[in-house]
Amino acid sequence: MTSLYEQLGGAPVIERAVDIFYRKMLSDERVAPFFSDVDMDRQAAKQTAFLTMVTGGPNQYTARAMTDAHRHLVARGLADLHVDVVLEHLGTSFSEVGATPEQVEIIKATANSVRGAVLGRPPVP
Amino acid sequence: MIRLDCDGQVAHVSPGENLLQALDSAGIRIPSSCRSGVCQSCLVRAVDGAAPAAAQRGLKPELVAQGYFLACQALAERDLSLTLNGSSGASVLAAVSEHERLGPDVTRVRLEPHEPFAYRAGQFVNIERPSDGLVRSYSLANPPGVGRGLELHVRVVPGGRMSSWLTSDAALRQDVRVRGPVGECFYLPDRLEQPILLLGVGTGLAPLLGILRDALAQGHRGRVRLVHGARTPASLYLVDELRALANTHDQFEYEPLVLDDRGRSGFQVGSIEHCFEAGPAALAEHRVFVCGDPELVERLRKRAFLLGAARRDIHADAFMRAS
Repeated sequence: MTSLYEQLGGAPVIERAVDIFYRKMLSDERVAPFFSDVDMDRQAAKQTAFLTMVTGGPNQYTARAMTDAHRHLVARGLADLHVDVVLEHLGTSFSEVGATPEQVEIIKATANSVRGAVLGRPPVP
Repeated sequence: MIRLDCDGQVAHVSPGENLLQALDSAGIRIPSSCRSGVCQSCLVRAVDGAAPAAAQRGLKPELVAQGYFLACQALAERDLSLTLNGSSGASVLAAVSEHERLGPDVTRVRLEPHEPFAYRAGQFVNIERPSDGLVRSYSLANPPGVGRGLELHVRVVPGGRMSSWLTSDAALRQDVRVRGPVGECFYLPDRLEQPILLLGVGTGLAPLLGILRDALAQGHRGRVRLVHGARTPASLYLVDELRALANTHDQFEYEPLVLDDRGRSGFQVGSIEHCFEAGPAALAEHRVFVCGDPELVERLRKRAFLLGAARRDIHADAFMRAS
């Protein structure tokens, strides 16, 4: 079975989805402050890796890396509310590049599965 | 065995090996992260031009045109010289042949290379003064074959060792070393109808002028809008030339902009950060070039992106100050 990543169209579609997603995040005052001092190219590279991961594309995801990458943001107040915003924009971004509602639900569920790692919570045993 | 040369470090590897892993095993480290062709951390450039096409998928066309590829997606197939440092490239001697004063503190300096030097207008080069090895970067304001040699816009910086020397009589007919070209701020004639927005302040005009002249020479048909910002009317330059160009090219619009017009020169007053057209997707489908002061460049490219320009269509050249 092909991955969602391939079904959606692979890297070129992910690139378009990242543009849409990143634009939504920068325009949303609930989460934009977390991006205020981040270089656009570096940030976009991380988002590309993230959107590739949530669609089951080629990635080197580890929970530890996710925790490390967000630790400074958690210290600045990153919490469940912000993860909810991410999931919301992630869903609409993928809808805009042609994902079906069912595919969007799978993507959001995959993204939600790393919520604990992002927020630095110990894994549930 | 296949011979790989990475910035002078040589490794011999088996055919078909993954390039990134093979170099890593040989002790040649290339920064990498996802190793899946996604993060682009392992971006390298083939010096001899034979970049593996399969490892260029997904890269901006400007990078492909310069031989960049992703080491993690490449297989060792033939001998290859590559570099981590975009700024190597060619190194030629060129004579300082001409000065022309463009404004109170900007001089056009023409260099005539002693051997062929390939580049695209808008890229920059590193100029080295042979007597003491002093190096500074300057953008190329003319496409190859348009005008003679290489045109630089040199702003004379108070106390600036290179700029004061390069614009002095002492430099005329002297040789400098030219290394490069560097950067992906240039025109590719792949979408002739696409609207183009050129934004720059100060001598950020140099690369933009190069890109503009290149686009017009290559038959670009879409609208090209150049906004050149300066603090005062005196620090604008090439105003008459650009107005003349706008008169002879329907698709080209030129908008000089000043922050302060107490001299009542009649130029439009305002910040270049507010020159954008309104509307949430005003720059969708646009190609945007942003050149000049680093902080301003970062703000302008973010703004262009928020107004709908795709990341791959935004090209920026931030002029770093010499320390």
